[in-house]
Amino acid sequence: MWLYIFRRTLLLIPIFFVITVVVFSLIHLVPGDPISSLLGPGSTLDDRDALLIAYGLDQPLWIQYLRWIKDFVMGDMGQSIIEKQPVADMIFYNMPFTLRLGLLSLAISFFVGITLGIISAVKKNTIIDYISMIIALLGVTVPAFWLGLILILIFAVELSWLPVSGSGGIEYLILPAISVGLGGAGLVARITRVSMLEIYNQDFVLLLHAKGISQNAIVIKHILRNAIMPVITILGLRLGFILGGAVSIEIVFGRPGIGSMLLTALFRRDYPVVQASLIFLTMAVIIGAFITDIIYSYADPRVRDLYK
Amino acid sequence: MLKVSDLAVEFTVDKKTIRPISGISFEMQKGEVLGVVGETGSGKSLTAHAIMGLTSLVGGKISGQIVFEGKDLLSKSHKDMQSIRGAEISFIPQNPMTSLDPVYRVGDQIVEGLLKHLKITKWAAKKRAIELMEQLRIPNAERVFEQYPHQLSGGLKQRIVIAIGIGTEPKLIIADEPTTALDVTVQAQIIRLFKELTVANNVGLLLITHDLGVIAQICDKIAVMYAGNVVEHGDIKTVFSDPKHPYTRALLDCIPYIGMKKGSLKAIEGNVPTPSNFPKGCRYSSRCPYVIPQCKTEFPETIELACGTKVTCNKFDLNLPRH
Repeated sequence: MWLYIFRRTLLLIPIFFVITVVVFSLIHLVPGDPISSLLGPGSTLDDRDALLIAYGLDQPLWIQYLRWIKDFVMGDMGQSIIEKQPVADMIFYNMPFTLRLGLLSLAISFFVGITLGIISAVKKNTIIDYISMIIALLGVTVPAFWLGLILILIFAVELSWLPVSGSGGIEYLILPAISVGLGGAGLVARITRVSMLEIYNQDFVLLLHAKGISQNAIVIKHILRNAIMPVITILGLRLGFILGGAVSIEIVFGRPGIGSMLLTALFRRDYPVVQASLIFLTMAVIIGAFITDIIYSYADPRVRDLYK
Repeated sequence: MLKVSDLAVEFTVDKKTIRPISGISFEMQKGEVLGVVGETGSGKSLTAHAIMGLTSLVGGKISGQIVFEGKDLLSKSHKDMQSIRGAEISFIPQNPMTSLDPVYRVGDQIVEGLLKHLKITKWAAKKRAIELMEQLRIPNAERVFEQYPHQLSGGLKQRIVIAIGIGTEPKLIIADEPTTALDVTVQAQIIRLFKELTVANNVGLLLITHDLGVIAQICDKIAVMYAGNVVEHGDIKTVFSDPKHPYTRALLDCIPYIGMKKGSLKAIEGNVPTPSNFPKGCRYSSRCPYVIPQCKTEFPETIELACGTKVTCNKFDLNLPRH
């Protein structure tokens, strides 16, 4: 098992380099450059050339890449061309906001989704099942930013229970986390239901009933335990999605975060910032999948044996 | 010890009601082995599930009477049945390959039942589970205890399932084709094991199978099922030597024997009718070579003959030729 984790970790290194090449090429393929944002009105072509040379943007792309990757590997993510501060500082300032939002909404997705899924599966084809599946469907289909606006309207503006926007204590986190988390909860609920119903019909469940085990113990200890695998996969993949995809929510709630930082940098072609935050997000997806694999092999002895 | 009378199970699918089994009656005594035999689709497994009180899980409506040790099982609450199932009546399922929870160690799955029904500590339950496994001649029982189902062979899994079935010392064991999934060599071992268990612990064994060879080896009594009915029920020796129902006769004729002519292997023409189109009269009438017009219109009565055999056939007094 440890050998497997070690091998998987080593594999992250080549993946990292492939990502840097892709991210670097993509951003430089987009027309426009940061210099235009820096130049004031009335500046000449000479001013432009001077700036290009100052930032090394006159060099061939592959030299630019090598310079950047060399510094990046040494732990220097460079300077923001526009903001004039180290990219690392910007990332480390914004990351906790994104992580907190991401993890809390993931937890909401997990607990709300699993609960709805269990209720639906146990009460299959009853009115309770239909109601919770409609809630799940709404969760999947309603866009997070719209839900965010409605939640602000109800809980912040009308009821004044929670702050409208900004960041700070947990009270600032609740509405954005619900907005992002409910979508995942809908997905998790539907997958939990389907997966549990599939397990329901398996032979071992019949034997559990024949053993005289109580219905509740069978549902939680056995059926849910077996049905949880696809849910873990979905949540692992969602971790990356939430970290990167929370942009609209960060904007709706006026929160700092990697998403809104990336968006601003993108509009201004602030290459170093865009590159670093894209790499952060892609690595988050990959590490999410990696963690999923490890949890998976702990949860399912059959998978564990495959990796021996 | 167990008396089943006029048992029927009803399902409603798409507003249509079907009764896959009906009019099931048989009885068995302590320490006896009753073989329930019949083709696929004859309702053997459903009968077993009905006795265990498991048909309600899949929406079946049950009627008739099941008396076990003087207790009327059909009047018991859900909760009461939970404490009878696995404790007094245990079940050994059809397919050992898929009957264990894949994510728990097999030992813990034996322990789970023991903890539920016996008032013992976790540690004592583990000790008892290992004893059971050794009693079932599982080599390296302590190591196997720690293993997961996918790491064990079919024969071992079967023994784990049997250990679950006998661990709580039930008075009645219902085994649903316990050997179908196994190699012939292992089958014989398991059958012998069952015989030993019933004799040693004086428990009743209701053995469901379509293998008449197995029945001949260990059963005391037999109930022959066809299309959801028991058509013949009696002492094994009497039924085997002098079958009264044409269906029993035909089943016995299908057993190949050494020295038979090549190409003379017999089969019963046609198929078992499905519950949605059971014939109006005798359900075997569509395949019976001795059919008379009355069979097609009237459901035959069950008659107890002088030899003790109960048979459900209009032509029970027929002297069926031996092959």
